[in-house]
Amino acid sequence: MNLEEYKGVFVFAQQVDNCVNSIAFELIGKGKDLAADLGTEVTAVLVGSGVKGLADELAEYGADRVIVVDDPELKEYRTEPYAHALASVIEKYKPEIFLVGATAIGRDLGPRVSARIHTGLTADCTQLDIGDFPLNPMPGKEQKHNQLLMTRPAFGGNTIATIACPDFRPQMATVRPGVMQKKDRQAGAKANVEEFNPGFTPNNNYVEILEVVKAVSETVDIMDAKILVSGGRGMGGAENFKILDDLAEVLGGTVSCSRAVVDAGWKPKDLQVGQTGKTVRPNVYFAVGISGAIQHLAGMEESDIIIAINKDETAPIFDVADYGIVGDLNKIVPALTEKLRAEMANKN
Amino acid sequence: MKVVVCIKQVPDTKGGVKFNPDGTLDRAAMMTIMNPDDKAGLEAALRLKDQYGAEVTVLTMGLPKAEDVLREAMAMGADKGVLVTDRVLGGADTWATSQTLAGALRNMEYDLIITGRQAIDGDTAQVGPQISEHLNIPVISYAQNLRIEGDSVIVERQYDDRYHVLKAKMPCLITALAELNEPRYMTPGGIFDAYKAELTVWGRADLKDVEDSNLGLKGSPTQIAKASDKVRKGAGEKVALDPAEAVDYIVDKLKVKHVI
Repeated sequence: MNLEEYKGVFVFAQQVDNCVNSIAFELIGKGKDLAADLGTEVTAVLVGSGVKGLADELAEYGADRVIVVDDPELKEYRTEPYAHALASVIEKYKPEIFLVGATAIGRDLGPRVSARIHTGLTADCTQLDIGDFPLNPMPGKEQKHNQLLMTRPAFGGNTIATIACPDFRPQMATVRPGVMQKKDRQAGAKANVEEFNPGFTPNNNYVEILEVVKAVSETVDIMDAKILVSGGRGMGGAENFKILDDLAEVLGGTVSCSRAVVDAGWKPKDLQVGQTGKTVRPNVYFAVGISGAIQHLAGMEESDIIIAINKDETAPIFDVADYGIVGDLNKIVPALTEKLRAEMANKN
Repeated sequence: MKVVVCIKQVPDTKGGVKFNPDGTLDRAAMMTIMNPDDKAGLEAALRLKDQYGAEVTVLTMGLPKAEDVLREAMAMGADKGVLVTDRVLGGADTWATSQTLAGALRNMEYDLIITGRQAIDGDTAQVGPQISEHLNIPVISYAQNLRIEGDSVIVERQYDDRYHVLKAKMPCLITALAELNEPRYMTPGGIFDAYKAELTVWGRADLKDVEDSNLGLKGSPTQIAKASDKVRKGAGEKVALDPAEAVDYIVDKLKVKHVI
C-alpha cells in the first residue's frame, strides 16, 4: 500500500428519510480542523436515493466537495449496498482519513467497510487530532508525522485510549454524536458536487426490508436541548416524571432519563442519556434521582452546569456535579418549580 | 439447524482496570464475566434449540482461562464449546480478532452466527460485522427480536427512532442487544455436565484461510499510542439542606450563572 497516494479528509454524510443527520455536520466541522492541519480538503460522501439536493446543505456547513452516490437500492439503509457504496468511493478516491458517525447505522457500516478494504477502524471516538505516532521518538521505530490520533473511552468510560493507524489507509474512525462542534452555517456556500455510481447488483448479502416501524415521538431531540431535566431510578415510577415535566416546562427545557428508567419501561429509549444512550452537553443538566453509574456519567459529564439532587449522599453523581443537593427530590423539585415560576412571572 | 455463538470473557468493569506496560489490557489480573450482550445472544440461540432443536456451539478466543466462559455457556445449555487460544493471537485489534474468529468459523458448520452487539471492555461493536464480511455472509446488527422462517431469519433491527423488520437468507450473522431477552440461569445438572464435558481447543494451525500477517498484535492495523485512566472533572459543592433552603440554593446558582 502506497500511503502517499491517499489524500483528503472524507466524512460519511448520514441521511435518513432524505434528511441529513446532525452528525454529518459535526463530522464536517471536525474534518475542517483536521484538513487545515494537513493542508487538504473535506469531502462529504452522500449516499441514498434522490439525495442530490442535500449537497448544498453540506456545503453550507463547510464541505469543500460532495460525492453523491444515488441509487434506488440505497433508499433505506441496508448494510450491503451502503458498504459497497463507501468501499467503492474509497477505492476510487483514496482518502487518507474517513470519518463515520458512531450511530446505529455507522457502527454497522464502518466495520463492514473497514473489513472489506483492509484498514483499521477505531470505534466511538470523542477526540481526533493530527500528530506523531509514536507520540515520542522510540529507538528502532520510525516516528510518522501527520497521523490521525483517535481518542476514545473504553471500559464503560473508566479508561481513555489514543489509537493510531500508521500503516493502512484510510485511517477510519466512528465518532460519537454530540461531541464534535459544527461550523456556523454559511448560507449560499457551494461545494464541488460529483456523482458516482459503482453499480448495485443485489446478491445474498442484500437483506430484504419487510417493514419500517417508526417510533412515534413528539419530544425534541435531547441532544439539542439547552436545559435537560433528567430522572433516574430514584423517581420511583413513570407517573412521578410529571414533576420533572413541570420543572422542564418552566425552564424551557426537556426531560431525559437514565438507562434504569428505560429498562423499567418508564420512558422510551430516545430519551436515554449515557454510554448506550445519547451523549448530551446542555447548558444545565439536572440529575434527579440518578445515582450516576459510570456509563451515565460518560454521556453527560461535559454539560456546562450539573445540578444533582439525590437522597444518597454517597451517590457517584455528586463526584461530577457542580452543585449537589442531598435531599428528597419529591419535596425539592415541586417547590423549585413553584419558586421558578414566581421568579419568571416577576421578570416578565 | 446449527448455531454458533461467539462469546467473550470480559473483565468485570466494576473491579477496576489494569494495564500491561505496552498499554494493552492485563486481562490476567482482572475478575471476569461472560459479556452481557453475548449472553443475550446465547440465550437467543438456546431458545432456537428449545424451539427447533438447533445445535448450539459456543466459540471464544482468549487466554486458556477463557474455557471458564465456555463451561458457563454449556451449563446454560450450549452443546459444544470451542476455545481458540495461541500466543500469536494476543494483542489483536478488532480486525485481527475478526480474522481469527472467521478462520475458526471456516472450520465449523453454521446456519446462523450470533455475536453480542458489543463487549463491555472494548465497547467497539465491530467484531461481529467484520466477521460477516470475512465470511461473505449478510449481517444484521442490533437485533432486538428474531425468529426463523424456513431457510431465512426474520429480525427486528433497532435504530435510534425506528426499527426495521429484516429478512435474510441463512447463513447469516446477527449481533444481539442485551434487550433481546432475559438470559436463563445455569442449572445444577448443567453445571455438573459442563465441568466434565470435552472442550475443543484450537490454535493457530486450526484456523482456515488466514494469513499470519492478519493475526495478533502484528496483524492489527490499529495501534495504541497511549492509554490511561480517565481524568474526571472534580466534584463541586455538595450541600444537605431542607427543601425550602435547597430551592433557594438552586435558584441562586441559576441566577449567578445567568440561566434565569
